[in-house]
Amino acid sequence: MVDQLVASLVDGLLIGLVYGVAAMGLTLIWGVVEVINLAHGAIIALAMFGLYYLVSWAGLNPYIALPFVALGGLLLGYVVYAIAVQRVIDAPPLASLLATFAVNMIIIGTATTIFTTSPYSITFGLGSLSAGPVTVPATRIVASFASVAVAAGLYFFLYRSGTGRSIRAVANNRAAAELMGIPSGRVLALSFGIGTMLAAAAGALIATFFPFTILSGESYQLKSFVIVVLGGLGNPMGALLGGLVLGILEGLVPVFTSPSWTPVIEFLLFVAILLVRPSGLFGQRT
Amino acid sequence: MSRIGHVSRVVGVLLGAGVLAACQGGASTAPSTAAASQPVASGSAGGGGGTKSVVIGFTVAQTGATNVESVRQQHGLELWMEDVNNAGGIRLSDGTSVMLSAKSYDDESNTDRVQSLYTTLINEDKADFLISPYSSGLADAAAVIAEQNGKIMITAGAASDSTYMKGFTQVYQTYTPASHYLTGAADLLKSLDTSAQKIAIVHENDKFSTDVANALTSYATSEGYDIVVDEGYDTGTTDFAAFINKISAASPDAIMGGGHFADGSTFAKQLFEKGVNAKMIALLVAPPEPTFADIGDGAQGVVGPSQWEPTVKFSEAAAQSANLTWIGPSVDEFVSSYMAKYNEEPSYHSAGGYAAGLILQAGIQAADSIDTAKVRQALDGLDLMTFFGRTKFDITAESHGLQVAHDMVYIQWQGSSGSLEKQVVWPEAAQTAQPKYPLR
Repeated sequence: MVDQLVASLVDGLLIGLVYGVAAMGLTLIWGVVEVINLAHGAIIALAMFGLYYLVSWAGLNPYIALPFVALGGLLLGYVVYAIAVQRVIDAPPLASLLATFAVNMIIIGTATTIFTTSPYSITFGLGSLSAGPVTVPATRIVASFASVAVAAGLYFFLYRSGTGRSIRAVANNRAAAELMGIPSGRVLALSFGIGTMLAAAAGALIATFFPFTILSGESYQLKSFVIVVLGGLGNPMGALLGGLVLGILEGLVPVFTSPSWTPVIEFLLFVAILLVRPSGLFGQRT
Repeated sequence: MSRIGHVSRVVGVLLGAGVLAACQGGASTAPSTAAASQPVASGSAGGGGGTKSVVIGFTVAQTGATNVESVRQQHGLELWMEDVNNAGGIRLSDGTSVMLSAKSYDDESNTDRVQSLYTTLINEDKADFLISPYSSGLADAAAVIAEQNGKIMITAGAASDSTYMKGFTQVYQTYTPASHYLTGAADLLKSLDTSAQKIAIVHENDKFSTDVANALTSYATSEGYDIVVDEGYDTGTTDFAAFINKISAASPDAIMGGGHFADGSTFAKQLFEKGVNAKMIALLVAPPEPTFADIGDGAQGVVGPSQWEPTVKFSEAAAQSANLTWIGPSVDEFVSSYMAKYNEEPSYHSAGGYAAGLILQAGIQAADSIDTAKVRQALDGLDLMTFFGRTKFDITAESHGLQVAHDMVYIQWQGSSGSLEKQVVWPEAAQTAQPKYPLR
């Protein structure tokens, strides 16, 4: 039992960090742009296919291809922002929700026609590492370290760079930031791009060890919503911690009951947090 | 003005998405017509009776979770149609040649689409006979439509016993039923290791896999095994870590279960990556597929039940000695013509598609007619052998159409990574190699 607990805890922590990166993208966009990006899952899935083709067609190592996928995510974010989000940014929340939902439909519809909904996987492995009762594929360990590096990079960017300060200023009070000469339009576009870049990075990392279809992003988007609520809306670092909590839950719940109960417990927690502490476990009390 | 502009743009985007979705939907519901390889012109063929054209209707998972298996089944079925048409059609005693043409749609591996597509096949495309979609859940849904419309449906890739226990009278099964899929793996384990006691069962939560797991649980328990893990996973699962940790904690002698190709391959790969030390792994559907070896070392030693393998020994001579009717190509002829056409080794799904066609052909020949009632009567009395094995149906009211004569074999991937070979290891009479046990 102890061995199973330890193994499950390690598995949960490793995958939770990757979930955290995906959720950081969602929460950053909400925190700065105040848009709930319903195309988040589609972008995660698109990144999986981006990595697949860079590996299988261009012959790149997945970890060399990964920055290109992330860069593609950034550019896609700019495009989506310019076409669909910018125009509804001051409209009621429903308009931006519908706009990103439409983008989601366009991406899924087009990509389904191209890739079909058949499963794909990247034939790549680094072997496994064992320590006591725990054996973990090295790809998952690399993904978790990469997730920590991405989170640390985002933290330093937001808290140690001038552009990061501008982003935080716009997130705090857009009107005041504009009065201080911060070009809010550019900051919003950049923030949306960084959010989709994080989604793309998470998708590419997941594709190194799990098979995927163009519809795979949906489940990661749902997890991202739970994590965002756990970590506090608009709080990227809270999202990383929320990802860890969700990962640990996914690891430990099956130890005590059937794995089928895991999503039920996750969403019960989601509702409970919304009712009891809507600012999230790691957000400030409102 | 600005807000109206914004709203109109949002509506525009939504409409664009709708148009795209409609285009996609339209594309996927457009029928695919596999033309007969020879032109069909009524009254033009030899013999006194001329030519009759028969439409074979079916759906294929061109996309979705069961795409690999379903497309192979389609390949087998289309090869059968081509062979029949190239031979001048199915000959009736009055000289009539029955030529075949196909109508098919993409069911996207989606049960919800199947009933409307089969209704379309029957009512709009005027299909005379039906072949089932791949997988038990989809075939079960399609069987209802076939039965309601009085159309004969030969099922391929539809092993669940329960489909044939609903009182249907027009549905006939090609495969060995699901209840027999993994019971042979338990027999194999017993033959190899009488000290083995513990079996972990982890299976997909769909109709077919659950039927298989329930039958295995019941059989293994009656044989004295302890079922130490019995868990189901959702269709589309990609992360098996939680299940594997449970399995490891239970230290089973054997792991059995799985579901279909995509999840089964991933499960086997992750079992290897997590270093699970079971002596035997036996999974459904995925291992017999030639591309299962693409997962590399994870495939090594994995056992899988197979409805058919290219090494089986069914032959016309064997049929004669068993006093059975023989129909269709030999095993070697099927394998070589399949490989020539598709440039891939046929799997049991491919062979099952062809065999489903042969069963229908045998029914038409035995009835000497394409009349549904006469063909149904002929199918009820069928007892024949093809390259796929023996075929005979239960014709009792309780389980009409259930396959009662076909037997399975069990394969195991043997050799080293990069040069893995599929060997038949059970039953002993069909062995091409000794089983590797323990597997790692």
